[in-house]
Amino acid sequence: MKFTGTAHRYGRDVDTDVIIPARYLNTSDPDELALHCMEDLDAGFTAKVQPGDILVAEENFGCGSSREHAPIAIKHAGISVVIAKSFARIFYRNAINTGLPIMECPEAVDGISAGDRVTVDADAGIITNETTGAVFTAQPFPPFIKDIIEMGGLVEAAKKKVGAA
Amino acid sequence: MPRPMTITEKILAAHAGLDEVAPGQLIECDLDLVLANDVTAPIAIKEFAKIGVERVWDPAKIALVPDHYTPNKDIKSAEQAKMMRVFARAQEITHYYEVGCMGVEHALLPEQGVVGAGDVIIGADSHTCTYGALGAFATGVGSTDAAVGMATGRAWFKVPESIKFSITGQLKPGVGAKDIILHIIGMIGVDGALYQAMEFTGDTIERLDMAGRMTICNMAIEAGGKSGIIAVDDTTRAYMEGRSERPWTEYFSDASAVYARTYEIDAATIVPTVAFPHLPSNTRPVSEARDVKIDQVVIGSCTNGRYEDMAEAAAVIKGHTVHPDVRLIVIPATQQVFRDMMHNGLTDIFMDAGAAVSTPTCGPCLGGHMGILAAGERALATTNRNFVGRMGDPTSEVYLAGPAVAAASAVLGRIGLPEDLEEGGQS
Repeated sequence: MKFTGTAHRYGRDVDTDVIIPARYLNTSDPDELALHCMEDLDAGFTAKVQPGDILVAEENFGCGSSREHAPIAIKHAGISVVIAKSFARIFYRNAINTGLPIMECPEAVDGISAGDRVTVDADAGIITNETTGAVFTAQPFPPFIKDIIEMGGLVEAAKKKVGAA
Repeated sequence: MPRPMTITEKILAAHAGLDEVAPGQLIECDLDLVLANDVTAPIAIKEFAKIGVERVWDPAKIALVPDHYTPNKDIKSAEQAKMMRVFARAQEITHYYEVGCMGVEHALLPEQGVVGAGDVIIGADSHTCTYGALGAFATGVGSTDAAVGMATGRAWFKVPESIKFSITGQLKPGVGAKDIILHIIGMIGVDGALYQAMEFTGDTIERLDMAGRMTICNMAIEAGGKSGIIAVDDTTRAYMEGRSERPWTEYFSDASAVYARTYEIDAATIVPTVAFPHLPSNTRPVSEARDVKIDQVVIGSCTNGRYEDMAEAAAVIKGHTVHPDVRLIVIPATQQVFRDMMHNGLTDIFMDAGAAVSTPTCGPCLGGHMGILAAGERALATTNRNFVGRMGDPTSEVYLAGPAVAAASAVLGRIGLPEDLEEGGQS
């Protein structure tokens, strides 16, 4: 998995209520959720995101609610990968389960500014800031989680398991 | 001899069929209960359909609670609730709670004896960690995890490190469980317990009733915690006795169990606390917040919507009138809480004061319905989150506190303490 896009940069503790406000949780339609992604933090977000763009944030990205609508909204808004210094644990799990690529890499976060062009090689864990030329190495997923991702998410993994049983 | 373990490690080991586990280990556990609500169940049901099994793994071990946007807020939320109802009927889900017996899930399930000590529970709601108050391992997950749990009865976990919070000594008068947990979150931050289990011990905790213990474990997620837990004692046993629908199992941390960190907290240092916008960790003493005028007060939620919370608020507001500039919304968390309030005169106390008393719902806590804030408005709530836009317009503000402070503030028209009422309510 390789992605290239423009970086959109945010701070720490970006919570699930600003990623997708609860007033839109009366639906689970991905495209409708995507229309309101990040609305309360950055009203211009959906207008400026181009397919493949990259979301970059500081610590504790996705804190708060367990709503899976958050990674779904980000993915369907066109974001290819989220790079953060750390992720809140339910968001981390939900991103893996729903197939939104995420990477923990504090150095990359410090080395990427809003508007930079960034290339991410998710398999190799290499993040390249094309604007500055800087290259960063993200922490790899534990093999167990890599297996879930390679099987195509948790539902696919479960499918194989119940099929085999 | 297995390695010395914490209560959390012991519960997880037993459910993974292992003699011992260690932090960082990836394990697969048998589940005792899988929970979802009207926001998270629709996605879980869609994902469940993709797995390729006809029936859920055990219809008695799934709880579906329509509490967030119910009684249905609008047509879209009615469709979501309907999807869940149709699924619950088709799958013959035992613990489906229709409007009329529905309550806020994390108050309802302990009250109904559906969760108990020693359980491993996943819930597609972040405040699932509440059940740690009964000595269970309970953690919030997303809809896809819930779907796979409903299909297989199993979930994977990374065994968390544990942090020990030892709270000892007498609480000052007017200081309660909400102040303890806000104090802790203020101390360690909203990611202070990221990926970790928060174990609460000490004689202060032992003296708390179950409602208070649930308030504390409920907000473990607000410190980033994977779970919160309090060991079983006679208070827990008295609560579960005659209520728990399954036999429970008690686990206790070994004296030599290893903790990532230990915090020793002197209960006497904790004061009535309020969390300012826009993070639960942004705490200050209530005594330093007296100039904050408010438009709305909400008493309720999975954090502070139990009978004991209502009684605490009613005792403060009795004989007073809600400030003319304030809307006070009181939401008992379950039908049983509502009924007990009526029988014991609490509903009258609130209504005499000028409060709106509502049927159970999560409602305003997540900005769903039943008390949404307009631009620039401020609310003080006994709920759990004060993120930007949490209760309504993105420019509105939410302050978090316990029931006594909420009741006093509703009368004062500003954030304040019950003792301020005796001084005539002047700012």
